[in-house]
Amino acid sequence: MIQSFGFSSLPILLHGALWTLILSASTFVAAGFFSLIFALLRVLGPKPVRILIAGYIELVQATPLLILLFLAYYGLSFLGYYFPPLAAAVISLTLYATAFLADIWRGCIEAIPKQQWEAADALAMSTPQKLRYVILPQAFRISLGPTVGFLVQIVKNTSVTALISFVELTRAGQLLNNMTFQPFEVFLTVGAMYFIICYPLSYYSEYLQGGKRARSST
Amino acid sequence: MPAVQLNDIKKFYGALCVLDGINLAVETRDVVAVIGQSGSGKSTMLRCINGLEPIQGGSIDIAGHTITPGTHNLRGLRKEVGMVFQSYNLFPHLNVAENIMLAPRIVKKVKKEEAWETAQAVLKQVGLADKAGAYPDELSGGQQQRVAIARSLAMKPKVMLFDEVTSALDPQLTGEVLKTIAELAAAGMTMILVTHEMGFARQVANRTVFMYKGQIWEEGPSKELFSAPKTPELRSFIAPDLK
Repeated sequence: MIQSFGFSSLPILLHGALWTLILSASTFVAAGFFSLIFALLRVLGPKPVRILIAGYIELVQATPLLILLFLAYYGLSFLGYYFPPLAAAVISLTLYATAFLADIWRGCIEAIPKQQWEAADALAMSTPQKLRYVILPQAFRISLGPTVGFLVQIVKNTSVTALISFVELTRAGQLLNNMTFQPFEVFLTVGAMYFIICYPLSYYSEYLQGGKRARSST
Repeated sequence: MPAVQLNDIKKFYGALCVLDGINLAVETRDVVAVIGQSGSGKSTMLRCINGLEPIQGGSIDIAGHTITPGTHNLRGLRKEVGMVFQSYNLFPHLNVAENIMLAPRIVKKVKKEEAWETAQAVLKQVGLADKAGAYPDELSGGQQQRVAIARSLAMKPKVMLFDEVTSALDPQLTGEVLKTIAELAAAGMTMILVTHEMGFARQVANRTVFMYKGQIWEEGPSKELFSAPKTPELRSFIAPDLK
C-alpha cells in the first residue's frame, strides 16, 4: 500500500527515534561502566592486564562497528548464542564504545599531574582514597567535554543497527520510504531528527570544553 | 633516639648512583638545612625519607617507623611525616579548607567539627585565616605554599620535610613563606629543609648539611659551616653568597 509522507508518518519516526535514544543510553551506561574499570586498570593495573586492555582498545578501534555488529548478531547465533537484535546491538555498540571511551578516560586520568598523586601520597592516602578524592574528581572535569562529544558519535553510530533490522530511527526511515517512495522527504526528516538529538549534545560539549574550563592544576 | 636516622642510604637510577651511603641523624626539635648544587641528591634524599622514592640500600628510621629496600606499606609513616613541595601541589578542585581537612577526615578519621577547628588553627598559624573559602587558583604562589604548609600541619606531623619550597616563588613572596617556616622552627617542629636560601639556612637551621655528588660532604652547626667551610667544594659553593 502506498501512502504519502506527512504528519501521519511522524509516529513511526518518533517511535524509531525513541529506540535510538534507548539504544544510545543503554550503550552509554554499559560502556561507561566498563570504560571506567578499563581506564583505571590501564593506568594502575599490573603490566599483563595493561597490555591486554591496550590490545583490546587497539583491536576494536581498528574494527568497523558493522563487523562487530554482524559478529554479535550472526556470528554468535552461529555458535548457538542467539541474541535478539536489541541485545546484539547493545553488545556490539558497548564493545565499540568501550574501546574509545576507555581510551579517552585513560587520557584524562593521565593528564592529572604526577605531583597530585605525590601530594596525596605524602598525606598518607590509600590508592582508593587518592582516586576517589583527588584524581578522579579532577579527571572527571577534564573528561566532560570529550565524553559528551563522544556521546554524539554513539547516537549516530546506532544507525548501523538498522542492518540487523533493529527498528531505530534509520530503520524506521527505511520502512517509511518503502511505504511512501519519497526518499528525499523521509531521509531529510530522519536527518533532521538526528540533528535535533545531537546538536544540543555537541553544543554542550563545546561549552564544557571552552567556556567553563576545569580549574587548572598548579 | 633521634627523630630521623638515615643509615648508609644507597639509591640508584639504573647504574647511576644518586645517593652513595648517606648517614644522618636528626634529633627532635632539630632544624636541618640541606644545601648543595642541583643534582647533588638533596631532593632525592628528602623524598626517600617519606618513601616517595624507594631506596636500594641501607635503612631509615623515622618517627618510630623503618624504611628498608622493599618497604611497601608507608601510610603509617606518612601520617606522622609532613611534606611540602616546590610546586605546592594543592588540590585545585577543593577550596583551602577542604584541602586542609581532607586527609585528617579520610586518613585519620577525625570528626568534621574537629577537622574544621584544626583547619582554622593551622590557617591562623600561617596567617591566612581569612582564606578558608578561596580556591587555590585565587591565591598567590606564596599564599598557596602557606596553605600547603597548613595542610601538612593539620595532620599533626612529628617531622616536616620541605623540598625547595621557595624555589618557584618571586623574591617578594619568598619572604612570607620563609617567615612561616621560621615560626614553625621557633615553635619546636623537627624539620629537614632542602633549600637554596643560604641566608635562611644560616639563620633558621641549627644544623646544615652540604651534599656533593650523592654524599654528605660536610655538615655541622650552621653558623660554623657557613663561616668556616672546611672543604673547597663547600667554599666555592657558598662563595657567591659571602661577597
